[in-house]
Amino acid sequence: MINKFWITQEPINPNDCIEKVARHEAGAVNTFIGTVREFTKGKRTLFLEYQSYIPMAEKKLMQISEEIREKWGDADTAIVHRVGRLDITDIAVVIAVSTPHRADAFEASRYAIERIKEIVPIWKKEHWEDGTKWIGDQKEKTSYKKRIPSEEEMHDG
Amino acid sequence: MVDVLFFAELQEAAGSEKINVEADGLSVNELRMKLKSSYDLTNLDNAMTAVNEEYSREDTVLKSGDVVAFIPPVSGG
Repeated sequence: MINKFWITQEPINPNDCIEKVARHEAGAVNTFIGTVREFTKGKRTLFLEYQSYIPMAEKKLMQISEEIREKWGDADTAIVHRVGRLDITDIAVVIAVSTPHRADAFEASRYAIERIKEIVPIWKKEHWEDGTKWIGDQKEKTSYKKRIPSEEEMHDG
Repeated sequence: MVDVLFFAELQEAAGSEKINVEADGLSVNELRMKLKSSYDLTNLDNAMTAVNEEYSREDTVLKSGDVVAFIPPVSGG
């Protein structure tokens, strides 16, 4: 069986994800590409550092694809996430979903990225001009120091 | 003995990514208490736990050879 869920240190080529979900039954392949943003609420990011609990993360990515199949039926999903140092504009994550009709592919890719932010053990460390911080607030309890943007702000846009 | 894994800010606070702890027969919560008494891990309570690569409950009882991971709030994507 092809491995469709993986964590890599290497730069990501979106086609590696897309070709894993190509099939005769598909009328749509939707991709989501998450990239490293330079400015968040006016604060400049120099680069990001991602870390993962790799064997568990790959299992959780597979779990997301199973959830998608339960919700949308005939859907095939592939997901790759990069770890290590990522520079501005680098690709951090690619999700590809193929379905017979386009609406399901759009919705399922959105679902996949939201679930990644909830259950997949991957962390990012912001490197700013004046400091660094591991980001993470899925329980919405962490209080951030002044001038450091919230998790929600991090993910907006 | 169980292996305990730390990630992200917990890894930096613990100064280690993996430690070996005598915790056979302890619950996940008891292991958490034990670690808090010997390490300065103020954010340990914010972390979820996984036993053998699956999210676990606080009352899961550990056995020799288990791998327990403390999972701080995730921020992938």
